[in-house]
Amino acid sequence: MSEFSVIGRRLPKVNSWAHLTGEARYADDLFLPRMLYGRVLRSTRPHARIRRVDTSRALAHPGVVAVVTGADMPEKMGIMPSTQDETALAVDRVRYVGEPVAAVAALDEDTAFDALSLIQVDYEDLEPIFTIEEALERADVKIHDEAKRANVFKEVHLSFGDLETGFATADHVRDDWFFFEGNTHAPIESHSAVAAYGPDDKLTLWTATQVPHYLHRELEKVLGLPRSRIRVIATPNGGAFGGKSDPFGHEFAAALLSIRTRRPVKITLDREEVFYAHRGRHPVKMRIRTGVKKDGEITAVHYQSWLDGGAYASYGIATTYYTGALLTVTYRIPAYKFDGVRVYTNKPPCGPKRGHGTTQPRYGFECQIDKIAEDLDLDPLEYRKKILQPANSRTVNDLRITSMGLGECLDALQRSTRYSERRGQLGRGKGIGLAGSAYISGAGLPIYWNEMPHSGAEIRIDRGGGVTVMCGTSEIGQGSDNMLASVAAEALGVMPSDVHVVSGDTSLAPVDLGSYSSRVTFMAGNAVRDAAMKLRALLVAAAAEKLELPADRLLSAYGRIYDRDDPSKFIAFADAAVLAESKHGTLVATSRPRASAVPSRAPAWGRRRRTRTRPRSPR
Amino acid sequence: MTKQLLTLHVNGELRTIAADSHHTLLEVLREELGLTGTKHGCELGECGACTVLVDGVPVLACLTLPALVGDADVTTVEGLATGAGAGAQGAGAGREAEREATLHPLQIAFAEEGAAQCGYCTPGMLMTAKALLDTTARPTRAQIASAISGNLCRCTGYTAIYEAIEKAASRA
Repeated sequence: MSEFSVIGRRLPKVNSWAHLTGEARYADDLFLPRMLYGRVLRSTRPHARIRRVDTSRALAHPGVVAVVTGADMPEKMGIMPSTQDETALAVDRVRYVGEPVAAVAALDEDTAFDALSLIQVDYEDLEPIFTIEEALERADVKIHDEAKRANVFKEVHLSFGDLETGFATADHVRDDWFFFEGNTHAPIESHSAVAAYGPDDKLTLWTATQVPHYLHRELEKVLGLPRSRIRVIATPNGGAFGGKSDPFGHEFAAALLSIRTRRPVKITLDREEVFYAHRGRHPVKMRIRTGVKKDGEITAVHYQSWLDGGAYASYGIATTYYTGALLTVTYRIPAYKFDGVRVYTNKPPCGPKRGHGTTQPRYGFECQIDKIAEDLDLDPLEYRKKILQPANSRTVNDLRITSMGLGECLDALQRSTRYSERRGQLGRGKGIGLAGSAYISGAGLPIYWNEMPHSGAEIRIDRGGGVTVMCGTSEIGQGSDNMLASVAAEALGVMPSDVHVVSGDTSLAPVDLGSYSSRVTFMAGNAVRDAAMKLRALLVAAAAEKLELPADRLLSAYGRIYDRDDPSKFIAFADAAVLAESKHGTLVATSRPRASAVPSRAPAWGRRRRTRTRPRSPR
Repeated sequence: MTKQLLTLHVNGELRTIAADSHHTLLEVLREELGLTGTKHGCELGECGACTVLVDGVPVLACLTLPALVGDADVTTVEGLATGAGAGAQGAGAGREAEREATLHPLQIAFAEEGAAQCGYCTPGMLMTAKALLDTTARPTRAQIASAISGNLCRCTGYTAIYEAIEKAASRA
């Protein structure tokens, strides 16, 4: 028997069967009694003052039940507490085409859609800013009045090691400019939210979100409804990729329309609206200056980036840092300077998308590495292998590197593609290229400063041996539900298919901060394991007593707790559960405070952020 | 808008509903018949998430008016499993054996190969793949790629989907 009975085995995901039979319930698949259908009116102007919004004709339209506008929810909100510059629906001003302005709830969707054209918005056009260059220069056109310099949202300047000496000792310096076009997530499922405000003055919001906990906080703030009266349920996401990580106007609009009408309200975005909701990958202009010795050893890197952030902050602070922070982790860089600037433009807001903020600089830097290899007449693949950052090391900006598999990865790449032989030999119009990259596992800090766990788990075992795992994670197709079931099953000795998963529910499950930054398996997985090990100890102790064997000789797998030395001596998992419940009462365990914690020494990047741009504590 | 009475043959059942005449087959399936397994991705005929079979031929439900379907048999993902397994296996049969007898080979292969990640494109993908296997028992990789070229998936990168369809074909 292998060391693991579940982990590492190729088993169908626990939610596969629902996906494959059409039984999975995504947000738009929910239909509640008396439910109304909502639609959002969006700005037709890139930059304008709103003089007046007249909803009277829409309200008078047969079948329309309620209309809300920005004035109904003027509270500022946004994902990052330190840079909240959005409102649920536009108040006084619109900053991009597609910005939500008003929302209608009607008896059916067609009526809601028709009513949108009856809302009259009186705009006074302002000059729009569309490019990074204009945003930097045009101090006379302010997209946000709060911006200190022209339309600069955030500036970051960090320096590590001796840059001057690095460049002075270089034999060769490359200085290149790159531009990365933005792109968008385009999940096949468009965003959708169903809000139901009940006669008990409690609000439930089912929504396709990656961040039910953060959304929970923003709902409280914007709606003025205590969080204790709000329950957010993250429905299975039909793809997200970072695009469902912000609180969105339609979520607040559905909630307020439900509060106003005391009926459930569903708002599902159409495909065009998903492009307006955006939060996609930032367009980034980059200048990279790299010094190398004759043999290619890097002596210094000066990386500068200008990010086109679109109209609002979103995760922009994090994105700005990310463009510079992770450039150092793949190859040895002894001296590094990073200057990052994110600007506002009158376009849909940019935000996090797979590999948040790191893809753009990677593209530039890896292109430059190829150019350096060409300059020095080195094979690009061999060159990269030669300058790899070693395993178990720290980068110049004090990021902790544990494993380093890039060398093996490059070897495997060479074996499977014969890159070195085929490079430049494929004829005109064809090519072969490679790039290295790396990303963090688990965000070091929550987006609002607090001492609570990043992820918590609760596990219950019922009298039939059924295991229920509760964790606030959001399933976005990355397999987090299956991960929770698998970790619990492995620890307890049952199969994942025997585990019930309750995820993404702010009332039923302990908090998980969200499906972002490749953090869920690391943090929620550890939390689940921690809670499961506590229950395992109770079950094993009960089994040991029954079997009259020392507890440390017992193993648990495949629904049995058995003697390591003689597996024929065993007790069924369900029987052990009955014995344990008889002795200890209801079998429930939760994870310890630090179960999901990051390593004790946070990286310098994290420490720096904490001191320099510490988010305001929540109001 | 006046509603129109419609009789549709869906998954072997005769269903009569009243719907606005401009509503698409997708809207009628999801909203009038509660068959939410068929997904809407773009409602522009671009993504394939709403693919259903009409007399065995894959069509985009978002571009199809139900009035034009007439007497044809409509099959959605809910109709893909036969439902025959439970009875055939008897009460004592293993759950997995029962599942295998009930589900379509494509559904089992998709689960085994991890071909459904978020699962949102999956119903449409399954229906397109079924139509392919019904006409081409042993499709080549190129034939599979061509058949599902109208079904977009943002999670998998398609490799697992190709492999699942090949696996299902090899078992048929």
